[in-house]
Amino acid sequence: MRYITPRKAAEGLGSAHEGTQHHWAMTVSAVALTVLTPLFMIVVARAIGLSQEQLLAYFGRPFPALITALFVIVGMVHFIKGTRIMIDDYFQGGVRKAAIIFSVIFGWAVIAAAVYALARMGLGAIVVL
Amino acid sequence: MADVNRGNRPLSPHLQVYRLPIAAITSIMTRITGHALVAGIVLITWWLVAAVTSPGAFACADWVMRSWLGFIILTGSMWSLWYHLLAGLRHLAYDAGYGLEIEEARKSSQALIAGSVVLAVLTLIIFFAF
Repeated sequence: MRYITPRKAAEGLGSAHEGTQHHWAMTVSAVALTVLTPLFMIVVARAIGLSQEQLLAYFGRPFPALITALFVIVGMVHFIKGTRIMIDDYFQGGVRKAAIIFSVIFGWAVIAAAVYALARMGLGAIVVL
Repeated sequence: MADVNRGNRPLSPHLQVYRLPIAAITSIMTRITGHALVAGIVLITWWLVAAVTSPGAFACADWVMRSWLGFIILTGSMWSLWYHLLAGLRHLAYDAGYGLEIEEARKSSQALIAGSVVLAVLTLIIFFAF
């Protein structure tokens, strides 16, 4: 009889030999997004139709800015990890590598753009004060 | 390798001729809505960046946001968000070991489609009423 725990016997099985961290990261971001998604819809719905000046003031306030920043950051990290599964399922070799690289760069570009815009709006409000 | 059974194994469905059960349709719809949401987040991010760029850039992005194309993208994204959210909740239940029987999955699939449509219509009504 081998003295081995069930965990030790199960670890590293499957063709990828890993994946628990990925699955757990998706679970955590999914739970966060169930709260952030309805809040983000409210924030955007209230912003549509505002003039440029009103929009800058609106996203200069803490609640719309924080909800938007959190939604875009958590959402795009969830997106990057989600597309990774899709890419792994449907593509092989060089196309897979290119698709993964594109997905990661695209996701972080969206995060950077949104956070930059929100930072400008927030700092703009402080400068006006 | 001589005794490998090559003729009698279960095969993965040939998607062109296989009629997908509703649980399979709602499953692939989760992936499709998740990826389609790119359109909405790119539009909204462009709109935010345009607002801190120049009045001309904002006028352009805001015009797209309020155009029929913007309405289709934003409304489609809103429904996709509700669908993907409900499907995600079901996935969390699956992970916890609930709802995995075929009949339960069929019922949750119907609830998923109906629930996402109801929430989307409610969201539109609330948006246009207030």
